[in-house]
Amino acid sequence: MKTRDIFTVYFKELRDTLRDRRTIITMFVLPTILMPTLIFGFGFIASKVVRQARAETPTIMILGAASSSAVRSALEAHPRIRVVPVADDYRTRISDKTLRAAVELPDDFDAALARGEPAQVRIYHYEGELKSGFAAGELDRFFRDYREKTLQARLDERGLPSTLLKPFDVTRQNVAPPEKVGGNLIGGFIPYIIILLCFTGAMYPAMDLTAGEKERGTMETILCSPVGRTELVLGKFLMVLTGSLSTVVLAGVSSAITIPLGGMFFSRSGGAAAAASAAASGGTLPLIDPLGLLASFVMVLPVAVLFAAAIFTLALFAKSYKEAQSTVSPLIVVVILPALAAMLPGVELNAKLSLVPLLNVSLVCKELVSGVFQWDLLALIFGSTCVYAAGALALAVRMFNREDVIFRT
Amino acid sequence: MIDARHLTKIFHDKKRGEIRAVDDVSFRCEPGRIYGLLGANGAGKTTTLRLLATLLKPTAGDATVAGFGVATAPERVRASLGFLAASTALYGRLTARETIAYFGQLNGMDDALIAARTKLLADELEMHDFLDRRVDKFSTGMKQKTSIARTLIHDPAVLIFDEPTLGLDVMAARTIVRFVRDCRARGKTVIYSTHIMSEVEKLCDTIGIIHDGRLLATGTLEELRIAYAESDLEEIFVKVVTGAGKAAA
Repeated sequence: MKTRDIFTVYFKELRDTLRDRRTIITMFVLPTILMPTLIFGFGFIASKVVRQARAETPTIMILGAASSSAVRSALEAHPRIRVVPVADDYRTRISDKTLRAAVELPDDFDAALARGEPAQVRIYHYEGELKSGFAAGELDRFFRDYREKTLQARLDERGLPSTLLKPFDVTRQNVAPPEKVGGNLIGGFIPYIIILLCFTGAMYPAMDLTAGEKERGTMETILCSPVGRTELVLGKFLMVLTGSLSTVVLAGVSSAITIPLGGMFFSRSGGAAAAASAAASGGTLPLIDPLGLLASFVMVLPVAVLFAAAIFTLALFAKSYKEAQSTVSPLIVVVILPALAAMLPGVELNAKLSLVPLLNVSLVCKELVSGVFQWDLLALIFGSTCVYAAGALALAVRMFNREDVIFRT
Repeated sequence: MIDARHLTKIFHDKKRGEIRAVDDVSFRCEPGRIYGLLGANGAGKTTTLRLLATLLKPTAGDATVAGFGVATAPERVRASLGFLAASTALYGRLTARETIAYFGQLNGMDDALIAARTKLLADELEMHDFLDRRVDKFSTGMKQKTSIARTLIHDPAVLIFDEPTLGLDVMAARTIVRFVRDCRARGKTVIYSTHIMSEVEKLCDTIGIIHDGRLLATGTLEELRIAYAESDLEEIFVKVVTGAGKAAA
């Protein structure tokens, strides 16, 4: 094998790729701006929407309570709701978002309370609609306070202590280290993102260097040169691997800068904004083990090799870039499924699952970011993924030597 | 020199079954000579040339190019030949100089030699004005000149041209024809495949007429004229492919 030829091909492909706007956008621009866009763009919009929704005083309708002036007056005096006249079409109005919520009370609500009889309060709202949700929340809080006040009054009347209804308190105390908690919460999400980026980073250069070359007629030109087929595949493969890894690294660096910045920005803007960016905010982000995160990137290396070789092989069969796209794109589902399975609660790493490609890496990354290092399983996963990657690469070389693949018409 | 002996290439197609694209083809081409492979579209010209350029492996038969066997030393065969076809395109995102240098490097040349050869070829082909511009902005003529320089960078002993003027305008086609003549003058072994009769008449020392994968007639233009009692090459070609037969001696 001639190493010089491999690098001659690699550096030519690198130069060629760096001049292709389409690949540059997918490989470098998108992963770099992905996190800032998600955090600042999406976070800003979300916080603005929530702030606006909270700023609005929701309109509500009181149904019933005809002879219950006390509760009616309390509701009307509530500063964060606006009571509108009753109408029969309240359900339609809630659905049409012209009314945020309605509360139904028995006509003799006040009297029932006075008699100590149970009374039913029903809140009508639009499930999943933000402003209706806020209105229903306000009504919930109002009636919870109203109930507590009523209870306290009854206890006072009878000269009984408030502990009568609350004989003991229950509190929960976390004993797990913060990085384990963080790893548990977002540990499954991190490998999912890394694997997805790894795949998309490899996809475009792999298609361009195979089907793209066939379509442009440059494949035959290079095949006429004395460079060996193996050297040619390895040179091209290194370029695809560069695409995959650079996408992951750029997204990682971009996230490392953006997440703490986003946290500071949204914490300062406070309130709803902070809530909206809770998932991303540095201040509220669950802690993860930095060494584990680094180890996750190392574990993903053979996965990148596997993807680069697999996509390269698949795209080689296509006659055009468009055909390669339709062949390779559905593979994303195959990639995402094991990564998603690793996010399911109760799916834990064991020796058997350590041999399942992608699922093994997803599961081990979840453990790594929690600070758990099971060295025997780590070795098994790294080793098995390397074997799969080597197999995929050998297949790529084999396919490149097949006339019916290269000259498919 | 090129020496093809009983070259055969069979493809297997799910719908059409066995296809004999090249069937027992034998011919020789000496240095300083142009061998013209004349045939209609789908006659087997491109497959024959791809076999010689080691892009395809023969099902049967063998060939040597510049003394190297296509089956035993394919990389040395490719290092000894320059292949120019309508289907061998250039990298649009590279400059002409980068393209030429890339193929020089793949042929094991060092930077100094590549620079010297590039200058020589740029002088000969009048390429200096566009040598450092990207290929995708080139006119057809500029692309042809760059392709020629790419083919010649390692000064190969054997040159194979597969319908090199296909789709070119008159001026670009003339550049190719002039270049092929120059190659012969420099003692190169040249194979020229085409379906254009006038090009064959102008260029080729020996003509092989190929049809349905089989080499049906071989000889100089004069030999073919005598054998088929026709002065016009097109008429000779029609007689050969329709099996009208040779003239009585």
